[in-house]
Amino acid sequence: MAPNPSHLAFVGTLVLALALGALAAPAGAEDGSDRVVHITARSFAFDPEIVRVNRGDRVVIELESVDATHGIFLDGYELSAKAEPGHPAQLVFAADKTGSFRFRCSVACGNLHPFMIGQLKVGRNLPLQRALVALAVVTVGAVWFYGTRSGRKGRAPD
Amino acid sequence: MARAVVERGGRRIELTHLLWFRRAIRGRWIQWLVAIFMLAGFVLAILAGLFGTPVGSRNFGVIFVWIVWWAALIALLVPVTGRLWCSVCPLPLPGEWLQRRALIRVRPGRRLHTLGLKWPRTLRNIWLQNGVFLGVALFSAVILTHPRVTALVMGGYALAAILLSLLFERRVFCRFVCPVGGFIGLYSMVAPLELRVKNPAVCRAHKTKDCCTGNENGYGCPWMLYPGKLERNTYCGLCGECVRTCPLDNVAINLRTPGADLAPRVGERRLDEAYKGLIMLTSALLYSAVFLGPWAGVKEAAYNVFTLPWLGYAIGFLVANLLVVPGLLLGAVALGRRLGRTGDQPLRQSFVEYAYALVPLGLAAWVAFSLSFVLINLSYAWPLLSDPFGWGWDLFGTATMPWTPYFSGLVPTLQVAVLLAGLVVAVNVVFKIGSTHAARVRAALPVAGFCSLVTGGFLWLYLG
Repeated sequence: MAPNPSHLAFVGTLVLALALGALAAPAGAEDGSDRVVHITARSFAFDPEIVRVNRGDRVVIELESVDATHGIFLDGYELSAKAEPGHPAQLVFAADKTGSFRFRCSVACGNLHPFMIGQLKVGRNLPLQRALVALAVVTVGAVWFYGTRSGRKGRAPD
Repeated sequence: MARAVVERGGRRIELTHLLWFRRAIRGRWIQWLVAIFMLAGFVLAILAGLFGTPVGSRNFGVIFVWIVWWAALIALLVPVTGRLWCSVCPLPLPGEWLQRRALIRVRPGRRLHTLGLKWPRTLRNIWLQNGVFLGVALFSAVILTHPRVTALVMGGYALAAILLSLLFERRVFCRFVCPVGGFIGLYSMVAPLELRVKNPAVCRAHKTKDCCTGNENGYGCPWMLYPGKLERNTYCGLCGECVRTCPLDNVAINLRTPGADLAPRVGERRLDEAYKGLIMLTSALLYSAVFLGPWAGVKEAAYNVFTLPWLGYAIGFLVANLLVVPGLLLGAVALGRRLGRTGDQPLRQSFVEYAYALVPLGLAAWVAFSLSFVLINLSYAWPLLSDPFGWGWDLFGTATMPWTPYFSGLVPTLQVAVLLAGLVVAVNVVFKIGSTHAARVRAALPVAGFCSLVTGGFLWLYLG
């Protein structure tokens, strides 16, 4: 049995409206405070693995390396710093982009180096929310489009 | 000019109708030259792995195999050309030369130099390839990062290919053993390139079957296929031998609608291939979590092989691949049957058929996974052109080029686009499969939901 196109259109519109409503809501507090984050780097891990700040914060990342020279490169912000044992490095920036950003070691430090990765989460994760909305819309749209097409073909005489 | 024809499965444009293309395929030189170039790169990768620096990111073997070749293969060659890589792959070359006792020339009438054993009937499927892939995957944190291990694995593949070519007929290694060939074959069903006969009736009427036996223009199909019955790309290595040997000019290479092989009732549907689709999708999901996630403990468990944490990782990896994700798909299929009140075919058959919807989704997942580390790490390749062994050479003046991640801010957007495109194609396939059943649409909904759920999992891993 083919789905009722009007039902699917209704569900799709509802999903879209809810999603757009959610995304249009205020992005949350932007206190713009100073945040000092201390990150310890060792082969092949950052501690903490996940760092959370608010959007608008002035972030100071203090990178301390405990076993070898390590670096930090922040995806999306495209900033980097390098720390040697006993010589910490600082990365200062304004967290003006929301979302989840990977930071990774920028100095070849050993075999697992390419996978030495941490995460910086800035404010509400709007990119993920938008992607999930897009997922919902695409799913409903694809189900509606291909479902009704399949239903029509099914009803057609052979 | 290329010739366009409309056949079952959509419109096709015959590339072999182009004189220059036909000449390029029938002449052996271009293919041979590309294969020799790949073989040289392959040998260099093994030598660099064995004798070069042990630092993976400074070694040609690791970077050119797992980043440059891998990116070219999964993000470009497979989606666009299907199994074309197999036609220039260096792994089977030495064994094939030993079988033929010829590098380029065809020696008509001479039998292949091999014991010519038949591959066991119980292994004439891709279960062995599934097993080899899973076995390698359990050690991938080490294989991907240690040059010497990379070299040993590649050398092991090459030796296995040579050994099998001496014992068994034709390209047994490629067809039944190679773990890379297993997933290239599956994903080649998506590609817009195919080799097919122009008119199957011509083949049926033709008595000598030169495409299978070979003649003065080429060898019999190395993949042990009869092109006259070829309906999908999965096991055709695009080597072009049948184009060369067909005396009736009845074999064509076509451009076609992408994914035409995924339409229901095109070729057989098999449990080993269904599991290949599930294994590849699950592996992409787990690799994304392990290698791209921030959880150092998981990475260390995957890396420290033969320890207790690794054992836990290995068991989890296998259970997820063989039981959990297949179980979820089975549940979705069973729910669909209940919703649609369908019982027109066994549950196992429905499960196998619907698993083919995971082919475009899995390919998209691998492209998305690869984008993140390929664009970030590609710049490691430039210094290695000048210094492949990490010995301090500077052959082309690129040795000091710094590591520069490309488009790090754009990668998540690209991943979302690729994943959603894969989902749309997967849902299309789901409903095409559903349309073969009595209660078409309702039965397909849970599987479409399963595909959406998996896509959501990838989005969370990449953007969460």
